[in-house]
Amino acid sequence: MKQKTIIPVGPYHPLQEEPELFKLFCDGEIVTDIEWETGYNHRGIEKINESKTFEQVFFVVERICGICSTSHPFAFANAMEEIAQVKVPDRAKYIRTIIAELERIHSHLLWVGLAGHFIGYNTVFMWAWKYREPILDLFEIITGNRNSYAMFKIGGVRRDIDEKDYSKILKILDGVKPKAEMLMKAVIDDPVIHMRTKGIGILTKQDILDYCAVGPTARASGVDVDIRRDDPYAAYPLVNWKVIVTQEGDVFAKAVVRFLEIFESISIIEQCVEKLRKDPPGQIDVKVKNIPEGNGAGRAEAPRGEVFHYVITDGSNSPVRHKIRAPSYVNVATFKKSCVGQTISDATLALAAVDPCYCCTERMAHVYDSRTRQRVLDGRGLIQLSQQRTQTLKKNLFGKNT
Amino acid sequence: MGIKSYCFKKSLWLYHFAGASCNNCDIEVLDCLTPRYDVERFGMLLIGSVRHADVLLVAGSINKKCKSRLLEVYHQAPKPLVVVAIGACGITGGVFAEGNTFAGPVDKIIPVDVYIPGCPPKPEAILAGIVNFLNKS
Repeated sequence: MKQKTIIPVGPYHPLQEEPELFKLFCDGEIVTDIEWETGYNHRGIEKINESKTFEQVFFVVERICGICSTSHPFAFANAMEEIAQVKVPDRAKYIRTIIAELERIHSHLLWVGLAGHFIGYNTVFMWAWKYREPILDLFEIITGNRNSYAMFKIGGVRRDIDEKDYSKILKILDGVKPKAEMLMKAVIDDPVIHMRTKGIGILTKQDILDYCAVGPTARASGVDVDIRRDDPYAAYPLVNWKVIVTQEGDVFAKAVVRFLEIFESISIIEQCVEKLRKDPPGQIDVKVKNIPEGNGAGRAEAPRGEVFHYVITDGSNSPVRHKIRAPSYVNVATFKKSCVGQTISDATLALAAVDPCYCCTERMAHVYDSRTRQRVLDGRGLIQLSQQRTQTLKKNLFGKNT
Repeated sequence: MGIKSYCFKKSLWLYHFAGASCNNCDIEVLDCLTPRYDVERFGMLLIGSVRHADVLLVAGSINKKCKSRLLEVYHQAPKPLVVVAIGACGITGGVFAEGNTFAGPVDKIIPVDVYIPGCPPKPEAILAGIVNFLNKS
């Protein structure tokens, strides 16, 4: 019988984000199978929501995920507005879109940084997170908080964007654009990053359809799906933008999709600010007196893909049932395809490539020999393995250790 | 000079434990490392194993599944150890305190030295919390 080793990755890891346990089954250095275990982060949110009023639910769903803290209230608002048959004022639509797109920029920059860290390019990590800070400042100007924005309510938004803030928004975005371009060129033109990311963790179009993957993960494999266009909501039908699709399906293609989406988002925000500027300040919400009995589904395109909320109401002031499906839930399943057959050092990158709501490499992971139970490699060793590979590639490429 | 203040005199190494959190506090902790806040200029470093840590940062509410892991991490850490509960969820459970999987705020499970309120606390607040504690001890 062939010897196999199991590498448990997680559940607790020092770098950031949620706990999650992955078991990589390895034959030598090749990953042959993968299993994952969730539940370390189970908070019973759907159940909590049943005891909250509709206004309070917004604050709970906002805290499902700190990075997508606009997408969940957005999808919930869409669901509730479908039940109550509310027409949201245009101004609120634009403000909602601005917040959602700002979130996309900061989330994609965050991913670029983490992916850079995984392949041993800490400069990319520091750069990306440095250029993400102005976006968080912008959030603070508009909403008053860096992360949880509390902007959404049924029928509109909670606060207006002040007229004198328009120029600040445009100025900060103008500052972010050249930095993102520079970062994109640095990443996309780097031969070592090409070698580390091209052809790694390939998901074919069929894989995406089989696993129902969504968001940039699907768009990088040539599946043209985007809720913002397919099921228009908020101000997306009112502005010009395009869906970014690439065909390769590897880690590099996913990076390209995310980079280009940053520029699309900047363009969407600029158009929204222009529209707000033209309109005189007006209504930002409509009063919703009571929510009738019924059910509604709301969808929104989070930075990672489609967020789906389903709400059943009975005429009272709290939901009877609230079902939430987050994009990582379906994207994580694609690991079965993207990681199997890769080496361990590439599998870590393939795990990170779908931008799951946990980063999968740097943690208390130990590699045990399955027969002798001797420890072979720990979490730090795993990352070192990945970084060493980049170093070797660099050496081969440039002939010296840079 | 007591043993505690002697141990925390020089570079502090931080270990970050994310309970059942929403990522917000985790991102803000990570933000402390990046160029704008740059916690490394104080010699603070986020490290991979709690066995090397001086400070245990606990973010997020604690659910039934991760409670035993938190205890395990706490027992593995060398003492003296500063335990910092970050964010509303770490301190009281926040919006998740009513949840059916909630297993108690951090200070019901392990002793906590520093509380940093906020949802999420800003990176400045996290730094200020730890610095205040060090100045007092």
